Amino acid sequence: MQKLKTFKIGGVHPPENKLTVGKAIEELPLPKEVAIPVSQHIGKPAEVVVERGSEVKVGTLLAKASGFISAPVHSSVSGKVKKIDTVVDAQGYRRQAVLITVDGDEWEPSVDTTPEVIEEVTASAEEIVAAIAEGGVVGAGGATFPTAVKFSIPEGKSVDTLIINGVECEPYLTADHRLMLEMAEQLLVGTRILMKALGVTRSWIGIENNKPDAIEHLQKVIGDKGAAGLIPEGTIEVLPLRVKYPQGGEKQLIKAATGREVPSARLPLDVGCVVSNVSTAIAVYHAVQKGRPFIDRIVTVTGKNLVAAGRGGNFRVRIGTPVQALVDAVGGMPEGTGKIVMGGPMTGKSITSLTVPVTKGSGGLIFIDAAEARRLTVQNCIRCTRCVGACPMGLEPYLLEKLVQAELWEDAEREGVMDCIECGSCNFTCPSNRPILDWIRLGKTTVGALQRSRATVRAGK
Amino acid sequence: MSQIILYSVLTLGVAAAAFATILYVTARKFSVEEDPRVSEVTEMLPGINCGACGFPGCSGMASALVDAADSGDISHLNCPPGGQETMKNIGRYFGLDAGDIKPTVAVLRCGGSCELAPAKSNYDGPKSCALAHSTFAGESGCPIGCLMHGDCEVACPFGAISMNPVTGLPEVDEEKCTSCGACVTACPRNLFEIRPVGRKSRRVWVNCRNTEPAIVAKRNCAVACIGCGLCKKTCDNIVQAITIENNLAYIDPDKCIGCGKCVPVCPTNAIVATFEPPKPKPKKTVKEPAAT
Repeated sequence: MQKLKTFKIGGVHPPENKLTVGKAIEELPLPKEVAIPVSQHIGKPAEVVVERGSEVKVGTLLAKASGFISAPVHSSVSGKVKKIDTVVDAQGYRRQAVLITVDGDEWEPSVDTTPEVIEEVTASAEEIVAAIAEGGVVGAGGATFPTAVKFSIPEGKSVDTLIINGVECEPYLTADHRLMLEMAEQLLVGTRILMKALGVTRSWIGIENNKPDAIEHLQKVIGDKGAAGLIPEGTIEVLPLRVKYPQGGEKQLIKAATGREVPSARLPLDVGCVVSNVSTAIAVYHAVQKGRPFIDRIVTVTGKNLVAAGRGGNFRVRIGTPVQALVDAVGGMPEGTGKIVMGGPMTGKSITSLTVPVTKGSGGLIFIDAAEARRLTVQNCIRCTRCVGACPMGLEPYLLEKLVQAELWEDAEREGVMDCIECGSCNFTCPSNRPILDWIRLGKTTVGALQRSRATVRAGK
Repeated sequence: MSQIILYSVLTLGVAAAAFATILYVTARKFSVEEDPRVSEVTEMLPGINCGACGFPGCSGMASALVDAADSGDISHLNCPPGGQETMKNIGRYFGLDAGDIKPTVAVLRCGGSCELAPAKSNYDGPKSCALAHSTFAGESGCPIGCLMHGDCEVACPFGAISMNPVTGLPEVDEEKCTSCGACVTACPRNLFEIRPVGRKSRRVWVNCRNTEPAIVAKRNCAVACIGCGLCKKTCDNIVQAITIENNLAYIDPDKCIGCGKCVPVCPTNAIVATFEPPKPKPKKTVKEPAAT
């Protein structure tokens, strides 16, 4: 058997716990009220264009993009705008949001709600990027970078490879896996749309080898479509990858698929690659072919206690639905829950309230048992360098931790703190249970602010 | 044998003389004239190099003082840790007026103790306010309140701040505090303010920084300022020291006369005083009279 590809340095093997993999995607019943935050992406928050009392339908624009790196926000339900207020986000801080009282399920007439797959891509590259921008599509893998910006290739750069990220290396999460099984056709049309937008002829769909059914299914669909003359041979290929966390990191995936290494502080563009998540590709399909903006996403609701009780699953959830509605859908919080994590267990954030709305970037809701959620006693660093071996970016996490604690920001910057992808491999591997990543995150925040202020000073001169 | 000794003594002696000459000449030629007053003034300053004066350490302050003295006025300069005493000494040294700078002290503007702003979630990460602040809103849910991990205690160079284990909040020891401002910089939520000590240590301040709407603020904390304006109404008849902005009252320390009449009218006990405030008139009692 051919040796499976993977990235070269670092990586860990957390227990997979893909407990909900056999559960088909279910439609979550519409909640009574949604709270749609105006900032669900990296960049400037969107500007609200509706007023209190406005009647909205599914797909109505609620807030328009403001600035280059920004994304519009659309209504995910039909009803009346109750108020424009602040709601608690996953971190407990209050952010602006549009609160809508749900009334029926009426869609904007411009949205094609029929289930037929439209195979033919008629839009030109510019039209595709415009449709993605209008649809408010952002990176659904969790980073929530506006997709339209990613696919607007600046002059002087050339891209030759598109990589679709179906790795889903985070433990527990199965949303992308289910999408690949259930919406393979849409995914492939989405991939073709993205290839056309970039003007590339080659793309990979990277999937870890622990999802053999998804690999097989996609290969079969690609074969069928190829026979129908839709996908020329060799343009879209499934790339099985060796199981290793964080395979799904953008830079790790590029390294695994093409052997190219994205230099420090540079973008995948600089090595001729663009990476996009499976759910993003499907959102792109919806935005371009069906005129349907990013108004829902698949959320894996899971946890050991929950699945042991025969509950949990993968749900199609409207953006803005409070977490409480998901908890109700799985029959309440399982006993002994000590922490609820939104996103994956490695990179996700624990939430402090059940009123937090589901946003474009939330791929999972994990109920973690109190005993498992507790942090173990922190002990001294014994300089074993396990974190150095685990870091997929080739950094020295123990050193960065010390530098941040000592507030030596310039040194931390020199040691590459900004290259950290926050995968959590260092925390996972540390035998002394040190909260290494917590400190590095603080370092990234502070050094990032330093760099921005430096840039402002320079621009001022 | 004696020749060797002679030669070595001669060579070394000549070399030494040559180097001595070079050193003497360079030292003369490149010598930096330092005002002798600078070192004398440095001696008079506390010598802790805290930087509260705005200059790089005590010697920086000393040269600034000497420069200011040359232009005839040192009243705008102040050494907060040294206080009035030090500045008067320096003024006497120069034969100039030191200026009447009121003594100040650091004041915490949060009353969200463990009891009054109970924890709704449990944070088990590293004990650092800066880190907790960048991670989440805080255990009580108040995004502006004290995080209780004691970054200020660590930052204080005088040991004037101690974390009270019962309330969870830091406490400032007025005797030790030199108002150097280290805590103001260290607190990621900017909860400390340098305020005048006040006559007989009588001072009144709003013990909250929360600008959220009243209903939200009250949900997280029993002693949050809700911006109701009762204190402003009371003060407007006296000195107009209180302003309300973004649902938050602020008492201007320069205008406040420390009468304490705003303390009992506050419905949430968000205004505190360092002394026993006057009892409100029985007629105007608002729910429960406040005791600090």
